[in-house]
Amino acid sequence: MSTDFTIKDRTAIVGLGATPYYKRGASLPQTLEEMVGKAIISAAADAGIDVPDIDGFAYFAGGFDTGALQETLGIRDVSFSATLTGSGGGSAGALGLAAAAIVSGQAKTVVVVGGVQQATLRYGAMPSTYDATPESVFYQSAGLAGPGQMFALLARRHMDLYGTTRDHFAEVAMAIRANAVGHPDARMQKPMTREDYFAAPMISEPHCLFDFCLETDGAVAVIVTAAERARDLSARPVFIHSCEHGASVDWGRSIYWMGMPDESFASSGHATIARRLYAKSDFGPGDIDVAQIYDHFSSQVIMQLEDYGFCAKGEGGPFVASGAIRYDGGSLPINTDGGQLSGGYIWGMSHVREAVDQLRGTAHNQVAGARTCLVTGGPSNLPVSGLILRSEP
Amino acid sequence: MSRPDPRTAQRPPDSLFTLVTDQWTQPYWDAAAQGKLVAAKCENCVTFRMPPTPFCPQCRSQQIDWIELPGTATLYSHTVVERAILLELADCIPYVPAVVEPDGAPGIRIITNIVESSIEDIVSGAKLSVLFDPVEGGAIPRFRIVKDAK
Ligand SMILES: [Zn+2]
Repeated sequence: MSTDFTIKDRTAIVGLGATPYYKRGASLPQTLEEMVGKAIISAAADAGIDVPDIDGFAYFAGGFDTGALQETLGIRDVSFSATLTGSGGGSAGALGLAAAAIVSGQAKTVVVVGGVQQATLRYGAMPSTYDATPESVFYQSAGLAGPGQMFALLARRHMDLYGTTRDHFAEVAMAIRANAVGHPDARMQKPMTREDYFAAPMISEPHCLFDFCLETDGAVAVIVTAAERARDLSARPVFIHSCEHGASVDWGRSIYWMGMPDESFASSGHATIARRLYAKSDFGPGDIDVAQIYDHFSSQVIMQLEDYGFCAKGEGGPFVASGAIRYDGGSLPINTDGGQLSGGYIWGMSHVREAVDQLRGTAHNQVAGARTCLVTGGPSNLPVSGLILRSEP
Repeated sequence: MSRPDPRTAQRPPDSLFTLVTDQWTQPYWDAAAQGKLVAAKCENCVTFRMPPTPFCPQCRSQQIDWIELPGTATLYSHTVVERAILLELADCIPYVPAVVEPDGAPGIRIITNIVESSIEDIVSGAKLSVLFDPVEGGAIPRFRIVKDAK
């Protein structure tokens, strides 16, 4: 065994399970915990692993009640249960928790699961539901009630600094919609034209309706185990190559305070994650075959493409306008399942699912010969996270 | 690039706002209630910080000087909210959350609203002047566009 302190290629995703992506509220009368259970059972079956043999849980965004899941699913003995702090920023990073648990011998079979149900709580207005605190009153007093309003402030700064336009945001929305059309799991099946985009209602200028992700219900789970064991299981393993979470003090509470230095205000906060992710991997941006970029807002896709080095800072608009992110002919196809803008919003876990499908070679919009996939966790208050998966170590 | 838009920026509803303070933020709201805009300055290393958190991120000191600012500012970024995502907001459209850089306190920003201004005049870099909206338990510093200062 290597004595390096690294998770590189030492664990793999061996099982994938998901519920359908329901329109907001349409998952009832199932509970969120029931959908999470269904995703776990489905992922275990895909891996050829008995559910009671799961011995670890890794979550993000508040996680779930491990004891309750353990009881209802009959999971015998749990030796690892951890949640990455923060919100959707941890969706990619939760895979790193699983890898760390396995490499350090704390667990053998870890499930990473995420799920959402927005029947009562609409995530688009979530910050308005947080109890007032001495720090939250500053943004609450300004009527900043949702992340789409907060990120609009970053989007405008990006437009001011770099000349980014709503046409660039439109291209992100249209490119991702094109991937949803015909995809069996994606909610939005109608192609989007530039006219459709500009006819959409303005929500929080410069963000219009089609700059926002969908409101959906559902759950996605993956099973992670040691790489050497992965080869003996039924599904084709997808190796966890590099995974990072955290980020710089500059980003801090980001959208909840807006105190970021000017150099990083109009960004996704992922720049330091990207640097570490590549430094600890065998790859740079030019080696990424396909990417699943957390798309809660179209403008933040552009800023992540910059932070992950696919183009220079400020060049994200022209980069997408060149067709680079298109599945059809682009140099870096992104969000090949329709993403969260047009496929389904599962707080980032749909991106992990699509990455696994791409690297197994079973995706609906398969990128030919895809061997590496970048997955990002939502730009938000820290920690944020990034993940590189590969098909062969 | 901005189209003529003579609408006036509204105020978000007071119902969204509950004034909660701690010993670090209380002086900011006390000053606002008296019609003064202040910012926290580290007594040790003279770095401004907002929000007024318990420690100076530069030197970890807890000693704060509260500095009264002139009340003028520059608009850093803003969003025009055109759709009410909560019922309480329906009568307030459009309102304009903003991030402003106050004069007299380099390096800090304040999250606020632009009010009493035409939407078409609200552009990045615009000069602003503070006003104080009374609410239960105090007042909220907000800003309006200073038209002649551009
Ligand atoms: Zn200091």
